[in-house]
Amino acid sequence: MTAVSDPRPTLLDRVRGNADARRLARYLLIAVVAGLIVGKDGTGDEPFSGIKGSFQDSTMLYLVIAAVVASVLARLYDAQRDTVAQLRGRASGAREQLIGGSRQKYANIAFLVLALVFALLLPLGLSGFWQRVLVERIGIFVLLALGLNVVVGLAGLLDLGYIAFYAIGAYVTAYFTGQLPAEPPFTLNPFLIIPISVLAAMIAGVLLGAPTLRLRGDYLAIVTLGFGEIVRITAVNSDKLTNGPRGAIGIPHFSAFGYQWKLDSKPYYYLLLAMMVIVVIAFRRLENSRVGRAWAAIREDEVAAAACGVPTVKFKLLAFGIGASTAGLAGNFYASKVGFISPDNFLLITSFLVLVYVVFGGMGSLPGAILGAAVLTWLPEVLRDKVPAQDRYIYFGVLLIIMMIFRPQGLIPSKRRAREFAMHEGGDALGSAEGSGTTAGAIA
Amino acid sequence: MYALIALGYTLVYGVLQLINFAHSEVFMLGGFAGLFAVRAVTSPGENIGGTKSVMLVVFGVLVGAAVGGVSAIVVERVAYRPLRRRGAPRLAFLISAIGMSLLLVNLAGKEFGRLPIPVPELFTDGTVFTVFGADVRTGQLIVFGSAIAMLIFLDRFVNGTKIGMGIRSVAQDAETASLMGVDINRIITMTFLVGGLLGGAAGFLYGMTFNVQNTMGFIPGVKAFTAAVLGGIGNVRGAMIGGLILGVAENLGVACVSSSWRDVIAFGILVLVLVLRPTGILGERLGRSA
Amino acid sequence: MSADQSAVQMPVLEVEAVTLRFGGLTSLAAVDLYQERGEILAVIGPNGAGKTSLFNCLTGVYVPQEGRVTFRPTAGRDVDVLGSKPHEVNRAGIARTFQNIRLFGALTAVENVKIGVESRQKHGAIGAMVGTPRARREEQESDATAIELLRFVGLGRRANELANSLPYGDQRRLEIARALATSPSLLLLDEPAAGTNPAEKRQLEDLIRKVNDERDISVLLIEHDMRLVMSIASRIVVLNFGKVIATGTPAEIQSDPAVIEAYLGSEAADAAGA
Repeated sequence: MTAVSDPRPTLLDRVRGNADARRLARYLLIAVVAGLIVGKDGTGDEPFSGIKGSFQDSTMLYLVIAAVVASVLARLYDAQRDTVAQLRGRASGAREQLIGGSRQKYANIAFLVLALVFALLLPLGLSGFWQRVLVERIGIFVLLALGLNVVVGLAGLLDLGYIAFYAIGAYVTAYFTGQLPAEPPFTLNPFLIIPISVLAAMIAGVLLGAPTLRLRGDYLAIVTLGFGEIVRITAVNSDKLTNGPRGAIGIPHFSAFGYQWKLDSKPYYYLLLAMMVIVVIAFRRLENSRVGRAWAAIREDEVAAAACGVPTVKFKLLAFGIGASTAGLAGNFYASKVGFISPDNFLLITSFLVLVYVVFGGMGSLPGAILGAAVLTWLPEVLRDKVPAQDRYIYFGVLLIIMMIFRPQGLIPSKRRAREFAMHEGGDALGSAEGSGTTAGAIA
Repeated sequence: MYALIALGYTLVYGVLQLINFAHSEVFMLGGFAGLFAVRAVTSPGENIGGTKSVMLVVFGVLVGAAVGGVSAIVVERVAYRPLRRRGAPRLAFLISAIGMSLLLVNLAGKEFGRLPIPVPELFTDGTVFTVFGADVRTGQLIVFGSAIAMLIFLDRFVNGTKIGMGIRSVAQDAETASLMGVDINRIITMTFLVGGLLGGAAGFLYGMTFNVQNTMGFIPGVKAFTAAVLGGIGNVRGAMIGGLILGVAENLGVACVSSSWRDVIAFGILVLVLVLRPTGILGERLGRSA
Repeated sequence: MSADQSAVQMPVLEVEAVTLRFGGLTSLAAVDLYQERGEILAVIGPNGAGKTSLFNCLTGVYVPQEGRVTFRPTAGRDVDVLGSKPHEVNRAGIARTFQNIRLFGALTAVENVKIGVESRQKHGAIGAMVGTPRARREEQESDATAIELLRFVGLGRRANELANSLPYGDQRRLEIARALATSPSLLLLDEPAAGTNPAEKRQLEDLIRKVNDERDISVLLIEHDMRLVMSIASRIVVLNFGKVIATGTPAEIQSDPAVIEAYLGSEAADAAGA
């Protein structure tokens, strides 16, 4: 790549030349950054006290040692890498051949039944606090992740303003229960508003999508981000409609079929579980239908898909709408359970968070989205005392980068995605998940 | 000022077809760097004037730029290059950029605190002259002046120097450029560097006008992107024009509606431009997916 | 153009004075051509002559600045191609393959073909999620049709293999199967023989004839392989620098001085040696 190098090698060149030294340097650098991250908080007047602190106590020492060890291990792994890759290749090839084997089916069903039983019994073993977490954080975010998974994972459209649909669902609920300054034509119990919330979110999804889906991925991302923010700022500023930054309070709990939900989390949980099961079944069927295939085709090569008669815009809109629907549902649910909402519930950063969950779990994979959301909403709660809450985002940021580099298909990759990414690692020029070949592919 | 940040975006985007989300963080880091540098050489409450003012401002800008440039390169090395090596789909780059952004904002917040910090008064701020009934203050003049200087520098650089040509050639057709002996990696690094320099400098200038804070990168970043798109992404002059137009439009708009809607105006313009005319005003790159 | 309303008599495709420009570059200049229903028409010409651009104009990918393209499907009304989007053109009955094979690599062969079949289906997301009778029926039909098409092109045994793990020649055939799945009246093939070995070329020849005979599909073909072209085309159009420089039967083209001068000279030598 470089033309002629300097005849006399400097220390830097020697380091560059020696793979071991390079690796060690890399790991040491990571250790320094880690020191920054796990250290104390700094303030404007005492910047970098985090890293200084790490140097002062023995944290830095441990980190450096860890770095050295890691670098040695990495070297051993590298040496084995080819064998590992071969084995992996053969294993997945064998697995491909078994697709549709009926043994596999029974195993899957058994697993699902177990998971269901686990989910049913779970809240009984948890404290009240954890039950609440289960519903208000894990459950809600799983719903959100499932929806975003459709948009980002199945259809390949990066929506950074996803949280707007959640907000719409919640505010619609507040509106129709009469808790907003604007008077609704009639009031309903939140449970009955569910279809309205979902519908409103879907319409918003289509409205957002219609003008923007012609845009390429990067632009689409920014525009959706803009939309998300517009929705939020509007909520903050329109006092007459949404009660501005104060939000809405006093939203009643669900009541249906003669049963009244109250503050207790357990009934909410079971309702949520039921809804999730329905959503999961519906989405799974969608994925394996012509719609799912069309989405995959659009994701792989939009031009070719159009040439085969696939109305790409229509399907993209469909993805947006369906994805938005679970957000609307989640919004309604949250509003009803917690009883109050405010624009602060719908920050941009939350959109990013849901994206992290989906990416981490595996874009396009249903179990992945569930697991990703569940794990990443559960972890911060568990580590609440050990790790300062604000640092959370640092870890998420790092996680995203690492995932993209080392395991872009996520924890539980969808079958199709796994194939796509395997293709890319082989340096296949045919498939670029965003469609027609551009210089980006050439640069790789 | 948006023009400055916009330039950074447009450069990287033009070359790599990549929106560098993390650019706003480069901006922020530059701001902090300039802030610390200036604080290191002044004492609080000092009354500064004349040549010392100018030197301090330049100093701040240079430090900001330097740190910005370095951070940009680091970001590229850490987040983007491994992906390029693996031939990752564009979505991966975007997501990684978001990750980088999250990481930097919060790391900075952790190390420097999350409160806004004012930059010490480096000059006596007063009204220099009035234009159409609006006051033009020293601060604004300084920012404006530096911005122009940098724009001119960039224009000459991209169009005049060999590296600049290299950047433009890679932006047009990377494969051919590499066949002609252009070192792609180096060009990419240079692109990020220059973009980072501009962004970092802008960060300090912004910090002087407002405050420095770990979240300061986001809104200007989006607005800068809007400006870049408005002028035509990939087109340097376009970014400058876009920045100017955006600045004017925003201030006009704020005069009409209350200032809390200020950001919405920028977002609104963004959406409108992308929907109606994705190539921007001067642009050559298409944002369409066909 | 006669006023005869019988669709069978009129050309299935009429291209009139089509001009396509990109900035300062003229890719197609006042191109006129027509294709009779049921014939195999070949478009040949040196590289850069505008052949693929022509295809793109015919399928709605590019919109020429001037001219008209009229397509008469076997069933249904005449279609003015310009102004239609690619998927609409496909719905009307024009299917195409691509010069550098654009399959959906991470999908299996049968899934690739199903995409084509399913573009005509009626059931939507709700049907899919709920499992309406229509959805179920269409899903089965899609499977059946796809397998049948794969067998038609000779890929029956590789139905469940990933598209991009197929050997090159098979990928070409898969692309044809996928195009056929959209029930076209007119099939556009962009250099189907490129990169194939002689055995594969013969198979391709047979396949194209089969498509044309058994399925009554008109075929418009871009090709560089002269032997193939001379063998199956009933008429040939020659493009050079975006202009039509000759049209006629293979015999006529082979002896046309303009063609020989522009192009055929070196090609004939190559084809003789191939």
